[in-house]
Amino acid sequence: MSGLDVEDLSVVYAGTPPVTAVDTVSLTVARGEIVALLGPSGCGKSSLLAAVVGTVPLASGAVRWDGEDVTATPVHQRGFGMVFQDGQLFPHRSVARNVAFGLEMARVPRDERRSRVADMLELVGLEGFGDRAVTELSGGQCQRVALARSLAPGPRLLALDEPLSALDAELRGRLAVDVREILLASGTTAVVVTHDPDEAEVMASRVLRMEDGQLV
Amino acid sequence: MGTARAHHGLGWWALAAVPLAFLGLFFLWPLATILARGLFDGGFDAAGVLEVVTSPRTADAVVTTVTLATLGTLGSLALGVPAAYALYRLRWRGQGAVRAISAVPFVLPTIVVGAAFTALFGRSGLLGGLGLDQTWVAIVLALVFYNVIVVTRVVGGAWAALDPAQADAARTLGADRWAALRHVTLPALAPAVGSAGAVVFLFCATSFGVVLVLGGTRVNTLETEIYLQVNQFLDLRAAAVLAIAQMALVGVALAASAWARRRRDRTLALRRVDGTRPATRRDLAVVVPVLALLGLLLAAPLYALVERSLRTGDGHGLDHYIALFGEPARTVLPVTVAAAIANSLVTATIAAVVATGLGLIVASLLTRRSRRSAVLDAVVMLPLGVSAVIVGLGMLLTLNRSVLGVDLRGSWWLVPMAQAGVALPLVVRTLVPSARAIPAPMRAAASTLGASPWAVWRQVDWPLLRRPFGLSLGFAFAIALGEFGATTFLARPDRPTLPTAIYRLLGRPGIENVGMAFAASVVLAAMTAGIMMTAERMRTTVGGDL
Repeated sequence: MSGLDVEDLSVVYAGTPPVTAVDTVSLTVARGEIVALLGPSGCGKSSLLAAVVGTVPLASGAVRWDGEDVTATPVHQRGFGMVFQDGQLFPHRSVARNVAFGLEMARVPRDERRSRVADMLELVGLEGFGDRAVTELSGGQCQRVALARSLAPGPRLLALDEPLSALDAELRGRLAVDVREILLASGTTAVVVTHDPDEAEVMASRVLRMEDGQLV
Repeated sequence: MGTARAHHGLGWWALAAVPLAFLGLFFLWPLATILARGLFDGGFDAAGVLEVVTSPRTADAVVTTVTLATLGTLGSLALGVPAAYALYRLRWRGQGAVRAISAVPFVLPTIVVGAAFTALFGRSGLLGGLGLDQTWVAIVLALVFYNVIVVTRVVGGAWAALDPAQADAARTLGADRWAALRHVTLPALAPAVGSAGAVVFLFCATSFGVVLVLGGTRVNTLETEIYLQVNQFLDLRAAAVLAIAQMALVGVALAASAWARRRRDRTLALRRVDGTRPATRRDLAVVVPVLALLGLLLAAPLYALVERSLRTGDGHGLDHYIALFGEPARTVLPVTVAAAIANSLVTATIAAVVATGLGLIVASLLTRRSRRSAVLDAVVMLPLGVSAVIVGLGMLLTLNRSVLGVDLRGSWWLVPMAQAGVALPLVVRTLVPSARAIPAPMRAAASTLGASPWAVWRQVDWPLLRRPFGLSLGFAFAIALGEFGATTFLARPDRPTLPTAIYRLLGRPGIENVGMAFAASVVLAAMTAGIMMTAERMRTTVGGDL
């Protein structure tokens, strides 16, 4: 099958007793689809997302892309991008150099990099912000930069972990629409984790509900 | 996934092997050798141990060590607590400069402090008429000079964060200013006072250079007795037994300090408020005498040192400084002082690079808290709890031979290795908080953008650690430059470092030699203070990055 295929995935955190955050979850996401994972905090949705991307180890199960097993592929070679809850922009790099990071890692030539960064900043509505320090940005601007940074290297799948939850309510509503349009415009396959049903409806074409480590 | 994680574990230990091998070779093995040498002679040698332990010289050294450290601690508290009030509880203009100046003695090498008090109390010194040369009084004053800032900083920090409403409440209940201070404020500060006292006691019990220079032949602590046993009586066995006694003493002080610190952390965690207030006219009665006393204690020895370094047979001049470049009498030093300075700079550079390199590896490994990282942390901190004299003695006993076919006898590079071991704990403590302040998701963000683990370190960790790295490089360099306890056992006579050269010059008769010692001390003090000030500049923006 084409796209993402998660089979019987479990995440267990060490401890006494060990905590099963994700319990044998299976799901598929077709190419170009935007799926929301909706659930209360602590239900395991962020752990599931992190396991798919590869920042958290799996206890069991498999992650496949276009039928190819990527479970043992290290994060940086998986080609899955991620937007973190609080942006996680690099404080020692300007806006443009944050967006360029993934392109630098992929050894994209400088000129191509520059034009791609400009395109990405335009896509998220931050033309001309390239030389700013990330510490000067507002919360909404930070998340736009984080989105541009994740999209720049052209990930096969974009994971968004509560991308808007650090923002105030009014801004959240507006940005949710923007994010959906940006994802559609770039044709990106995406999984969005959120605890807000309205946000899930706005951003995603399909909503999956999660409770106690399982899809319901 | 299982194999991937096992791989990760192997990688961690492979990297940890570097600092562990260093500490094993230059610290743990020498320490084990001391224990074996001290306790065993064929089999367990109770009689031999008893002979050293019960000798009157040993008893005298133990009593002297404990008494001097106690007096030094009490003196530091007596001056440091009022100074904490004047410098941290109260606010006034120019306070920042006074705080900065009062921190100067703490960064001076022990040999410089010893030289400065010799310049003050020595026979032809500024206060030579008092007859305090080679007495306990001179040593205790030097210990207070060195450590009062520790008390001021620690207690001052607690005092500035103490809720003044507590004392106000006592006042409304009928307590006068002194009663409020005695029954409310001081008890609240007790954990901080205890914590500072324990640390100062530790420093006093390991201030080898100060006691060796100021005590002469009359006052001997465990450390100077170890030195004498090695260098005068050539009794390595007795030195090893004394070293074990010194370790036990320091162990007790460390345990007390850890206990006091836990208590202080608990009290401070309660609530943080701004407990400072502007100074008023009434405060002058406290502030003026405290600052005058502090100023006198800090200024007099340093003034005496500079004055003596400039004093010549007929007035004042730069003769002694010029003599640093000249060939000294053969019986005094085999090389010029300038050559010793060059040697010190090379040695300290190597030591600083080794210590910060190892420190960077350790900080990277300690970023994520786990059981294994706690073990590594504890091992790396060990040199902090052992007197540098013992590190030097241990390396002398262990490495003064050929190891794996490499002849180590008198190898000059043992000196920078010892200095690196002494500096390592401070380097690690400077780097680890910065490394831990980098959020884990930020590294994960870099990974999801295609950065390999090495690229994550280079692109995320390193840019954020660069400044603390510079700070710790400066610290390590300054520590190595002034290191005396371990170096004095390991430096070859024909390759003295600046501190060992100063010690030799101080011990030789003749105004020329002593004058050169003072001039060299001023040079060493200026170099150390300069480096520390440059390094401290790096600190101002640390954390501002995050």
